[in-house]
Amino acid sequence: MSAAKRKLVVIGNGMAPGRMLEHVLEADPDRFDITIFNAEPRVNYNRLMLSPVLSGEKTYEDILTHDDDWYETHGITLHKSARVETIDRDAKTVTSANGITASYDDLVIATGSSPIIIPLPGHDLDGVLTYRDLDDVERMIEASNTKQHAVVIGGGLLGLEAAAGLKMQGLDVSVIHLAPTLMERQLDAAAGHLLEKAFVDRDIKVFTGANTKEITGADGVVTGVLLDDGTQLAADIVCMAVGIRPAVDLAKAVGLETERGIVVSDDMRTSDPTIFALGECVQHRGQCYGLVAPLYEMAKTIADNLLEGESLYEGSVTATKLKVTGVDLYSAGDFAEGENREEIVLRDAQAGIYKRLVLEEDRIVGAVLYGETSDGPWFFDMLKKRTDISEMRDTLIFGQSFQGGAPLDPMAAVAALPDDAEICGCNGVCKSTITGAITSKGLTDLDDVRAHTKASSSCGTCTGLVEQLMAITLGDSYDPNAVKPMCGCTDLSHDDVRRLIKAKALKTIPDVMQELEWKTSNGCAKCRPALNYYLVADWPDEYADDYQSRFINERAHANIQKDGTYSVVPRMWGGMTSSSELRAIADVVDKFDIPAVKVTGGQRIDLLGIEKDDLPAVWADLGDAGFVSGQAYAKGLRTVKTCVGTNWCRFGTQDSTGLGIRIEKFMWGSWTPAKVKMAVSGCPRNCAEATCKDVGIICTEAGFEIHFAGAAGLDIKGTEVLGQVTTEDEALEYVVALTQMYREQGHYLERIYKWAKRIGLDEIRRQIMDDHVARKRYFDAFVFSQKFAQVDPWAERVSGADKHEFNPMNVLQLEAAE
Amino acid sequence: MNVMAGNWVAIGQLSDIPRLGSRRVIIGDLKLAIFRTSDDNIYALEDRCPHKNGPLSQGIIHDGCVTCPLHNWVIALDTGQAQGADEGKVQTFPMRVDAETLMLDVSALPSVTGA
Repeated sequence: MSAAKRKLVVIGNGMAPGRMLEHVLEADPDRFDITIFNAEPRVNYNRLMLSPVLSGEKTYEDILTHDDDWYETHGITLHKSARVETIDRDAKTVTSANGITASYDDLVIATGSSPIIIPLPGHDLDGVLTYRDLDDVERMIEASNTKQHAVVIGGGLLGLEAAAGLKMQGLDVSVIHLAPTLMERQLDAAAGHLLEKAFVDRDIKVFTGANTKEITGADGVVTGVLLDDGTQLAADIVCMAVGIRPAVDLAKAVGLETERGIVVSDDMRTSDPTIFALGECVQHRGQCYGLVAPLYEMAKTIADNLLEGESLYEGSVTATKLKVTGVDLYSAGDFAEGENREEIVLRDAQAGIYKRLVLEEDRIVGAVLYGETSDGPWFFDMLKKRTDISEMRDTLIFGQSFQGGAPLDPMAAVAALPDDAEICGCNGVCKSTITGAITSKGLTDLDDVRAHTKASSSCGTCTGLVEQLMAITLGDSYDPNAVKPMCGCTDLSHDDVRRLIKAKALKTIPDVMQELEWKTSNGCAKCRPALNYYLVADWPDEYADDYQSRFINERAHANIQKDGTYSVVPRMWGGMTSSSELRAIADVVDKFDIPAVKVTGGQRIDLLGIEKDDLPAVWADLGDAGFVSGQAYAKGLRTVKTCVGTNWCRFGTQDSTGLGIRIEKFMWGSWTPAKVKMAVSGCPRNCAEATCKDVGIICTEAGFEIHFAGAAGLDIKGTEVLGQVTTEDEALEYVVALTQMYREQGHYLERIYKWAKRIGLDEIRRQIMDDHVARKRYFDAFVFSQKFAQVDPWAERVSGADKHEFNPMNVLQLEAAE
Repeated sequence: MNVMAGNWVAIGQLSDIPRLGSRRVIIGDLKLAIFRTSDDNIYALEDRCPHKNGPLSQGIIHDGCVTCPLHNWVIALDTGQAQGADEGKVQTFPMRVDAETLMLDVSALPSVTGA
C-alpha cells in the first residue's frame, strides 16, 4: 500500500459523481483513497429511469448502476444514510450528521437538488408527495394499491412522466399546470397542444392555465385539490412536480460562493480551489442544469482536473426527450420568436406530426419535433455546430435523408451523420465510438454493443439509432428481424436444427455437431442444453440424456442460489398437503438446520439455503415421507395450481382440485422447452389464477374452458382460449396434446406464449381442437415419452446415482501453524 | 492416499471427474474447482467467479471454458480470464496427471497435508 494516495471525498452519490468516479478509476485506479457520503440509504442508481419503475416497466434492480460489490471491488468507502453536516475548510475535513468525519485532499460537492414544494395551504398533509427519488416512487406505487385519485401539480417533464406512470398503475389521474400549455419551457404552444391531446387520449385529465389554491384534507390526510377558479378535484395522493432547486445549503453555510446554485468557474472549482462542485447543485455561467448529459460533461471535466489535467467545461446546449411510452417528442435549443428569427413548420394532422425549426442567420437555434423524431439528433448536431443551412433550407424540414434528393430512407439519415454526432445522450456516446466497437470487436447483437459502449443502456430511447448503426456497419449480415442462429457455434436457427435432427435422424449431441458442422468442438452453455432437450423430446426411448449438457439445477435436481447453496421444493399434488407431510418437512428443516422456509406462488413449500452435500440426505428423509421432486428447477412441468372446487366451495362447478391432481400425476417429469405452469379454477371467479398460466382450465357448469399462452413474469399477458370441452377426460387429453405440440415445436427456453405467437393461435386451435387425428397423435406421443420420463430423480440419487455430483473429490488439511 | 512430490500433492484419480465435468477440492478455507475437458486436460481454478462469487464448479464446460451458473460469465480454464465483454480473473493452480493420478501444485498455498 502506498502512503502517498490522495484522499478524495465526494458528498452525494447520484449519477454525476458516479460517472466522475468511473472516469477517475479508468484513468488511474490507484491514485485516490475514495470516500463517499450519501444521504440516501442506497447505492448508485439511474435516476432517469424512475419513470419506468413507477409505470412498472422496470424494477429497482434493473436501474442499479453500481451495486455494493462495485464499491468493494474499487476499495471505495461508501457511507449510506450519512448526510454531511459541515465542512471544516481549514482542517480539510467533512463531518456527517451521524458523526463520521473524513479528511480530504480533494473534495467534490454533488449534493444535487431538492424538489420545490409550493407552500400552499395543505402542502404538509399526509399524501402530498414529490417526484425525485426512489422513496417517492415507492410511496406512489404503494398508494396505487389502495388509492384511487391522483393529482399531479406541474405539467413539465417530470410531472408528465409521473402522471403517465401513475395512470399505468391504475389510478385516475389529473394534471394541473400553471402555464397555458404543457412543457412550455421545452415546447412551443402547438406541440404543447398535441401533447395535451395525447394525455387526454390516455384518459388523463389536463387542466392548463390553472392555479392551485389549496390542498384540502381531513384528519391530516389529503382529500382533494381546490383550484383558483373554484374547481374541486378529489385526490388521495398529490404529487408536486413543479421543478427543482439546487441544494446549496451546505456550500453556503461553509462560505462558498452561491447564487441559485454553487458558483463554479470553467474548471468546475468553487470559490475554494480545493473544492469542486458537480451536478444539479452547480451554477455555471449563470446556468443550472437538470438533465443528465450536461452533468456527465461536468463529471468528465472534474475527473480530468482531479488527475492534474486542465479541462474546461464550457456549458451545454441541451435536448430533451419525454420518456412516456408511445409519445415521441424531441426538443432542443431556443424556439422563442424574435427579430431576425425565422421558422420552418411542417404539420401532418393525419399522422399527428408537427415539426418546427427556428433559424437565426441561416443557422438552427431551436427544434421541436412531435410524432416523428428521428431527425432530432441531426438537427441538434447542426445546432451545436452552428452549421450554415442556407444551401438546403428549402428541404431542411424534411430531414436529413431528403437532402440531395435521396429517397426518404431512415438508414440514409443515420449513415449521413458525422462521426462525432452524439447517439446516446445519457452516456455521451458518439457515432464513431459505436461503429468502431462494432468493427474492431466484431459485435453482432445489440446486447454486445450495449456491453462494450454503454450506448442505449440507460434510458433506451436511442435503441433504434443504435440498431440502424449496426445495420449500416454490418451491412446485409445484420437484420434485426432475421432468423437468429442458435448461438455462436452454428449458423443454423433453432427451427433448422430441430428439423434436421428429425430429418437426418441425429440421436446424440456429437452426431448433431458433426453432421450440422458445428464451429466449436463442444458447443457452449447456450446450445448444449438446447440440443439435449431436442434430442430427449424427439427420441425419448433411444436418447441417453447428456448429464454434462444440463444446467446445474437439472444436474443437482435443486435450485442454485446466489451463495451457492440450493433450494428444495417437494411436489404437493395440486397444492394439497397433510399434517404428516407438514410434520415430515418440519423434521427435515430441524434436522438439517435449514435457514429459510417459504410458501411459493405455485402452492407448495420451498426449503432454502441447503448445502449441496446435504441434498441426498434431505431427499432421503423427504422420500421416506412420500415426497417426490417438485422439479421446481426443471424446464418441465412445474405446478398445477388449484382451488378447492366442488369439494368445499359454494361456488364450485367441478372438482377442480381432483382434475389438477390428475393432470399433475399424468404429466410430471416431462421435459419441455421452457418451464410450464398450469392451474385449474373451479369457477369463473378463477381463484387459482388460471388465466395467466402457460396452460389453464376454467371449470363451468357446462364443462371446461381450456386456456393457454398466458404469462405473468417478465411479460404479463392474459391467456387465450383454446376451446371448450365437456368432460374431464377430454380436458386432460386436450391439455396433454397441446403440451406435446409445444414440446415438438418450441425453441429451447421459449415459453408457450411466445411459441403460440410464432406459430399462430388459429393454427394451434385447428390442430388441437379440430384435427382429431393430429390431437390423437400428439397425445400418444406424450404418453409414450412419459414411460421414460416418470422416474423420481430424488429417489434415484438417494440410491446412489451421480454420487460424484454431491461430494467434494478431496478435502485437504492445512498443517497447524507452529 | 496423497503422495507428496515436491510441492505436488495428489488430489484424486482422473476417473473421479466425468469428461466435461468438474469436482470440488477443499483446502482449509479455499475452495477449488477441478475441471476435466473433453480431451482430458485438467485445470484447477478457485471455485469463485470474479463477478458475484458464483461456484464455477457447477457450470457447464465447453471448449476450454466454463460458464458460471449464476450469471453466465464465461471463464477460460487455462488462464482464469473472463471472456467476451466481461472483465475479471480467477486464480489458477498448476495441475498435472501422473499416470491416472491428479496432482495439484500447492506451493502457492500455506502448508498442506494429504487427507
